Amino acid sequence: MQITITVNGKPHTHEVEPRTSLALFLRETLDLTGTHIGCDTSSCGACTVHLDGAAVKSCTLLAVQADGLKVTTIEGMANGNEMHPIQAAFKEHHGLQCGFCTPGMVMTAANILKENPAPSEDEIRHGLEGNFCRCTGYHNIVKSIQHAAGTLNA
Amino acid sequence: MGTYIGQSVKRREDARFLKGAGKYTDDIKLPKMTHSAFVRSPYAHAKILSVDISTAKNADGVVAIFTGSDGCNAFGIPTGWQVDFKNGDTMREPKHPLLAIDKIKHVGEAVAIVIAETQAQARDAVQLVEVEYEELPCVTDPEKAMAKGAPQVHDEWTDNRSFDWCIGNDRADVEAAIAGAHHVTEMEFVNHRLAPNAIEPRSYIADYDVNADKYTLYTSTQNPHLIRLLMCAFTLGIPEHKVRVISYDVGGGFGSKIYHYSEEALLTWAAKEVGRPIKWTSDRSEAFLTDAHGRDHKVYAKMGFDKEGMIVGFLADEFCAMGAYLSTFAPAVPTYLHGTLFQGLYTTPLIHLNVTAPFTHTVPVDAYRGAGRPEATYLLERIVSKGAKEMNIDPAELRLKNFIAPFDGVKQPGYQTQVALQYDSGDYHTILKKGLEKVGYDDFRKEQAEARKNGKLLGIGISTYIEACGIAPSAVVGSLGARAGLYEVGHVRIQPTGKVSVFTGAHSHGQGHETTFSQFVADKLGIPMDDVDIIHGDTEHVAFGMGTYGSRSLAVGGSAIMKSIDKVLEKGAKIAAHKLEAAVEDLEYAEGKWTVKGTDKSIGFGDVALTAYVPHDYPEGVEPGLDFSSFYDPTNFTYPFGCHIAIVEVDADTGKVVIKRFVAVDDVGNVINPMIVDGQIHGGVVQGIGQALLEEVVYDENGQMISGSYMDYAMPRADDVPMIETDRTTTPCPHNPLGVKGAGEAGAIGSTPAVVNAVVDALHHLGVTDIQMPVTPQRVWKAMQQN
Repeated sequence: MQITITVNGKPHTHEVEPRTSLALFLRETLDLTGTHIGCDTSSCGACTVHLDGAAVKSCTLLAVQADGLKVTTIEGMANGNEMHPIQAAFKEHHGLQCGFCTPGMVMTAANILKENPAPSEDEIRHGLEGNFCRCTGYHNIVKSIQHAAGTLNA
Repeated sequence: MGTYIGQSVKRREDARFLKGAGKYTDDIKLPKMTHSAFVRSPYAHAKILSVDISTAKNADGVVAIFTGSDGCNAFGIPTGWQVDFKNGDTMREPKHPLLAIDKIKHVGEAVAIVIAETQAQARDAVQLVEVEYEELPCVTDPEKAMAKGAPQVHDEWTDNRSFDWCIGNDRADVEAAIAGAHHVTEMEFVNHRLAPNAIEPRSYIADYDVNADKYTLYTSTQNPHLIRLLMCAFTLGIPEHKVRVISYDVGGGFGSKIYHYSEEALLTWAAKEVGRPIKWTSDRSEAFLTDAHGRDHKVYAKMGFDKEGMIVGFLADEFCAMGAYLSTFAPAVPTYLHGTLFQGLYTTPLIHLNVTAPFTHTVPVDAYRGAGRPEATYLLERIVSKGAKEMNIDPAELRLKNFIAPFDGVKQPGYQTQVALQYDSGDYHTILKKGLEKVGYDDFRKEQAEARKNGKLLGIGISTYIEACGIAPSAVVGSLGARAGLYEVGHVRIQPTGKVSVFTGAHSHGQGHETTFSQFVADKLGIPMDDVDIIHGDTEHVAFGMGTYGSRSLAVGGSAIMKSIDKVLEKGAKIAAHKLEAAVEDLEYAEGKWTVKGTDKSIGFGDVALTAYVPHDYPEGVEPGLDFSSFYDPTNFTYPFGCHIAIVEVDADTGKVVIKRFVAVDDVGNVINPMIVDGQIHGGVVQGIGQALLEEVVYDENGQMISGSYMDYAMPRADDVPMIETDRTTTPCPHNPLGVKGAGEAGAIGSTPAVVNAVVDALHHLGVTDIQMPVTPQRVWKAMQQN
């Protein structure tokens, strides 16, 4: 099937097998390897991207389902060399260690803050339910999102 | 503290990870690369009657299919540690084939590899490989594996033991002390099986260059040189210099990526056969079925106390599963990494541990964050807390009473345990008191009593731990059965312009070595951090190394780099003395320059570096260049210690446990980057909480893993845990140049018993004295109803 997806502001038209997941399409066809795959059950959230502005798990969405839609991946978050305030907050507050869950965490964090610009700690923790991190114990991820909220609201 | 040492410098790794520009193995694409998938056994124990690949090999995109009889199994996967039987008999070490030949020993064992143009085509063709099995009875529980008539994992022996082992004082003396004790506390429990679950699944790409006769293996490993050594010298029998192993960014390890796995060797072998690069990336289900697991001990223990509450004897018998084959470190885990910690922080005069290590029809068990030490700490800290309850002594008071007195390892000697180790330095009273103060222990007891009146179940749990890190003195581990040395290599290359490239055999998979190592190198040389680059993870660039595990990177790897820095400064001083027309002993080095003492005559580090590479005006008899490599072999382990305290609330109606507060006071020796150390503690603590409350690998009676996905295996999520309140004391390690002890495993060691002690404390007035992990709502509710 031929599909056209606008990824990080740029339209891409490709032939894909209907069974190709959006995650594999991003990684294999577009070489956007910042979107990671950590499980087969839509549980870990490492593959989180934005589809028309909402966070989705790209491993359980078919590429053909995104035909005609806009996708933002982690590669589309920074403005050139200038990191997005959420990315900057993760660096400042050590919200990452091995980095593998990080792209999904940043995309989910953006979604949390879009829906609720001033979330409580509990609201952040609930918002992160669909993203696993095995390194940080979530402590500094929560802290990073709290501080990013402050920067974005300033 | 220096300019950088002791500062929370932000990590230089972060920019690439945050922008999605990390380079994990699965992100790499090579020209003409093929993909692979495995045919895996659905049975735990079975005979392979036939393997039919005729349909599969004609499927779309299939390049090749190999089975166990196609020549890959000449040698098999080795183990790196030999623990012989108590009677001196040699450890039983079964052949571990790359692909099963005639018999299956665990669910998920690979029978064939399918190589195809795409991953989807490889997976499709796997479905077309027809394997006929004859299912056989199996055993997955280590205690049941030792029962008479238990199904045999390996037919060549008469029972399932791989080895048995003991440590400590004479068993009869320990039994006599316990028999004569004023009070005896007993425990029987399972330290249950866990799946490490690094979020990046294992991934490998193997490539063979026919013209150079050279292999390259890209692998998500914690120790590239060790993989190369094991694979070349044992598994495949190919020359070591013909293999390059590269491990770029690795998405977490926690032990599971130390080991030499069959898939990486098979891909390397097959890459030559098919003449194209081959990639394999595990999916999560395969990770559950094939990554080495942790823990899985059945424990029977007794501790005797005198009438003052002093421990008089400690005895344990354990059945510790090895799984179907011996993984790389497996025999060391329930023995030398476990029994040697049975002294804990206590003055216990008589200790004995007896271990039986059977094979089971399960994936192999190996070191998982803490490796043997969490199991030792869980037993000690649960049995001491249980004893305190039984004797009606406050658990903090009982600990303080039994603690070893403070010693710094310099003025006072190290502490000789009953179980082989000599602790380096420690002050255990101070750290417990600091923890109690931070949590507000006395106030909590009042709050708890008030809450109870209102039907609210609050509990507090204390755990104090010691661990042996900085693994390890080669001669010591060699005498204990290690088949390798455990030194580290640090190579410091000063470039002609004075910029510094550091090559380390340690490997970073989340620890932030690129930042931490640069911090101390820059401080020791008195130059800006930006002038230092850290290179790791490539056998072609780094001379040698033993990798990262056992909280060893800074203590051992950092020390090796320090040795090379010393050599740089020593040679640099000769060059500086020549240029300054002074004697070496008249120079001092500070802030990046050599100065003639008492004068303003000096020469900078960069000028000396340039002189070393452009030696026109140069001291006689000194070689050009400023480039040194060192091996550092530690003289002892390092011994971090700490105190973790959990406060929990148990829902009286549902049994659900909520952690209200978690205080972790750790002593990891000197700290280079407090931000990174705290991060290590946070992560470790949550992994330990995961074991206490949520995680468990469960096999059913047919050997099927019924917790083989994230829908079935409960990983800790952000809303399962609170903020972790960290603090520390600092007792420098007396025997390494940076005075560091290691922080990677502390969190996972201290936290698990703290949580379970807190749950039992919350329920103790209801008659609950122990509860099996993971402490699920169902188990808690049942325990509450039974009493």
